[in-house]
Amino acid sequence: MKSTLLHQARLKQQIWLDMLFRGLTRLSAFGVLALLLAIITSLVIGSMPAIEAFGFNFLINDEWNPVTDEYGALVPIVGTLVTSGIALLIAIPVSFGIAIFLTELSPRVLRRPLGIAVELLAGIPSIIYGMWGLFVFAPFFADHIEPWINDHIGTLPMLGPFFSGPPMGIGILTAGIILAIMVIPFIASVMRDVFEVVPPMLKESAYGVGATTWEVVMKIVLPFTRIGVVGGIMLGLGRALGETMAVTFVIGNAHELSKSLLMPGNSISSALANEFTEAVGELYTASLIELGLILFFITFVVLSLARLMLHKLGKGEGQTT
Amino acid sequence: MNAETVNTPKVIVRDLNFFYGNYRALKDINLDIAEKMVTAFIGPSGCGKSTLLRTFNRMYQLYPKQKATGQIMLDGSNVLDPKQDLNMLRAKVGMVFQKPTPFPMSIYDNIAFGVKLYENLSRNEMDERVEWALKKAALWGEVSDKLKQSGTSLSGGQQQRLCIARAIAVKPQVLLLDEPTSALDPISTAHIEKLIDELKKDFTIVIVTHNMQQAARISDFTAYMYLGDLIEFGDTSTVFTNPKRKETEDYITGRFG
Repeated sequence: MKSTLLHQARLKQQIWLDMLFRGLTRLSAFGVLALLLAIITSLVIGSMPAIEAFGFNFLINDEWNPVTDEYGALVPIVGTLVTSGIALLIAIPVSFGIAIFLTELSPRVLRRPLGIAVELLAGIPSIIYGMWGLFVFAPFFADHIEPWINDHIGTLPMLGPFFSGPPMGIGILTAGIILAIMVIPFIASVMRDVFEVVPPMLKESAYGVGATTWEVVMKIVLPFTRIGVVGGIMLGLGRALGETMAVTFVIGNAHELSKSLLMPGNSISSALANEFTEAVGELYTASLIELGLILFFITFVVLSLARLMLHKLGKGEGQTT
Repeated sequence: MNAETVNTPKVIVRDLNFFYGNYRALKDINLDIAEKMVTAFIGPSGCGKSTLLRTFNRMYQLYPKQKATGQIMLDGSNVLDPKQDLNMLRAKVGMVFQKPTPFPMSIYDNIAFGVKLYENLSRNEMDERVEWALKKAALWGEVSDKLKQSGTSLSGGQQQRLCIARAIAVKPQVLLLDEPTSALDPISTAHIEKLIDELKKDFTIVIVTHNMQQAARISDFTAYMYLGDLIEFGDTSTVFTNPKRKETEDYITGRFG
């Protein structure tokens, strides 16, 4: 009799604990949602003065003048998108090469050390990339690469204007290249992980009809893993869009819109990092907060587009040639 | 062994040894594979039958530390010669695996994939080749109206016939089947077995199987292997009804394995 009572007491306690646990997990899950909403709300409230003052014009105005209290976000928006674009343009093929080498071609003894090196690269704090970019890469770039770019690409019709300007070392292109170096480890390690899950038998089948490694990779491995590959690229893009410190060091922080990629520019995150401490006046602060809201929005749109794309890809698998 | 029963050997294996690192997985194998016949390799797990099969198209070469020594003569040239062009070899020696492995693309492209690697066919010729291969693999009737659909949308048995169609589309001379029915239901298995019987009119077929009844049903010659040794090789009917070696008899009568 006593033992059953004890048993029931314990049972009651367990039911109670179970409910508590369930409640806690639910709280955590909804906490994330609440946090997200709170951040959006506070960004919107904080930027209200700027939204009221400039309206839609904020997005297309390239003027950023604290003296006259006139603010437009075009320069940092363009800077953010262009640097991230350059970063992906460089990082995707390089990461692809790294991942293919590590999964298909590398001798087994090299795989682990190289893989670890790639992962360590991802762990380097971004300020170090910034310092290295400013003190080592930018001078080198100015002395050796930019003159060449000016002479060879800068003189081309069409492309020329984008690649000419004084060889200063810092600028949009430099920021893009540094970003590329920073996102390569992310994209490469995701690609490597997804390439590794391709069933060996599937690859053997392709080799079995006489395909070369290149053909196997392009026609079998890549289509089989495209969802993961796109996911990895999006991860890299997300990092590139929001990266602050390294970009701030090398982008030049000039609120000027220039056609040339060699000229200094600005990105949303580096504008925020640079100017928040010195922002005086309601409108200045509000404009900066609105910049933050825009960055939030861009990242959100990019991620949503990625999801949509993956969804479509999944549906259409094998349907097209 | 039993050279007199082999009319025209397509593949001649001499003193073949195979190593996984230091482990010797095949020991001095000598064997003649008859042209346009079905040769089956049977034996318990780990006996080396799949390993032997994978030396014929040098599939083992994808993996480090695996190597083969000896001779495998196909049309007068040694498959194991380091100068052998692997891609050409694999065009001559097609392979089908334990599990269906359709490529992540349409049914049509699954077949065209291998053909495109070697031949520059016009759209029409390619259509004909795809139809030919699918008919040969007894799949045309089921998929002719959905060639643009993904190869992965087919059932397991259909997928395996797709893989066979893919392998024969490049018109190989030898077809290697590595336990092609082990992942299939009995009806699909019967389909494939019937198909193998049809295919031997055009191709030399080597099949690895766990299923002794299957070997007895579909093969002309049978090789029984155990622990890397070729124990007995000969006419399927002789091997199954009147084996020369005690070990073979024990295995096929189910006393062991």
